Amino acid sequence: MASGAELTPTQYVTHHLQHWTVGEGFWSLHLDTLLFSWICGLGMFALLYAGARGATAGVPKGFQNLVEVLVEWVDNSVKESFHGPRGVVGPIALTIFVWVLFWNVLDIFPVDYIPMLAQQVGHHVFGMDPHHVYFRIVPSADLNATFGLSVSVLILIIAYSFKGKGAAGYAKEFLTHPFGANPLIIPANIVLNIVELLAKPLSLALRLFGNLYAAELIFMLIALLSMTASGFDVGSGLSFFGAIAMGLAWTLFHVLVIPLQAFIFMTLTIVYLSLAYEHH
Amino acid sequence: MNITATLIAQGITFAIFVWMTVRFIWPVIKRAMDERQKTIAEGLAAAEKGMRDLETARDEARKILDEAKSQAADLLGQANRRSSEIVEEAKQQARAEGERLVANARAQIEQEISRARESLRKEVAALAVAGAGKLLAREIDAKAHADLLDKVANEL
Repeated sequence: MASGAELTPTQYVTHHLQHWTVGEGFWSLHLDTLLFSWICGLGMFALLYAGARGATAGVPKGFQNLVEVLVEWVDNSVKESFHGPRGVVGPIALTIFVWVLFWNVLDIFPVDYIPMLAQQVGHHVFGMDPHHVYFRIVPSADLNATFGLSVSVLILIIAYSFKGKGAAGYAKEFLTHPFGANPLIIPANIVLNIVELLAKPLSLALRLFGNLYAAELIFMLIALLSMTASGFDVGSGLSFFGAIAMGLAWTLFHVLVIPLQAFIFMTLTIVYLSLAYEHH
Repeated sequence: MNITATLIAQGITFAIFVWMTVRFIWPVIKRAMDERQKTIAEGLAAAEKGMRDLETARDEARKILDEAKSQAADLLGQANRRSSEIVEEAKQQARAEGERLVANARAQIEQEISRARESLRKEVAALAVAGAGKLLAREIDAKAHADLLDKVANEL
């Protein structure tokens, strides 16, 4: 922790919560989030393509088995709740699950390794001040990534509402659901429907973000504990091995959270799309 | 922790990866799985059909065997009837032949009897003539008394 040791704990944490950003204000990009989303996405595509390439109807081999299990599982999940023509709902659900899973898995990497590597590269290759190299590798701990996904789902919800109910049917439901068609009640219906509609992407994004952000923060605190080790005395030993034990415990717990959050995101997307598609 | 254009970029990224999955992954895997499912279903159906065919073939074989058996039994019955008929006919023929033979024999016997009677009659006539000749001690003209002698012979 050469550079970390010079920082106070507060500085360490805040440094770790900064994104590698270009641009100012709204029109800026978190390059680290984008980079690792793309790495995850391409990794996902490579994995799925390894299974799909040369897929045979005969005896499946290797990755084809894995991908078939994934596809069938996702397809069954979609079948259970989505009763319209399934079309691209399956691929959407599969993409969400695997992509978010890969994002979340990045949280298992030791919290400092890749940012430190980036710091060294930034310092020695690009001549940057190491304290101003910001690098976060977990896209799902960035609100922009989770909202990017959930806003896409919101757009899909609206699209499937139009597709399933038609413009007139959707408008009618928006005006008369849930309280009835009384003209005095229509404003209340509109307000409630807007809230309901916006709550879906908000809850999707915040649930995923909250879980992963909190987990990342706890990994940072555990890393901070190990940094209090300053020599070969008893206290240092306690904090060093304590950090290892807690890191192990938290990682094991987090291994459950990682697929669970990906699964929840996928399942809720399917449920929202089927609710949007069906008449009430 | 602020919302930036990253969100839009992430949305576009998501759209691209969904498109890639729709285009290159999902249909390929689904097609392979559906085809395999179809193959297995067809295999099971073929096995089922094979079992049913075997069953019908067995039934058919049993039927043919039964038919053959009943035909054989019929033939045996017919043969039995025919053989008894033949035996009966042969008996009748034998009886007729026997009767004919008996009749022939009787006819021959009749003939023999009449022939014997004829010769006896002649001998008796000759004896009578001889006896009479001796009685009369003189030659009787055989020619002159032929009518008389024949009459006597016929009366015998």
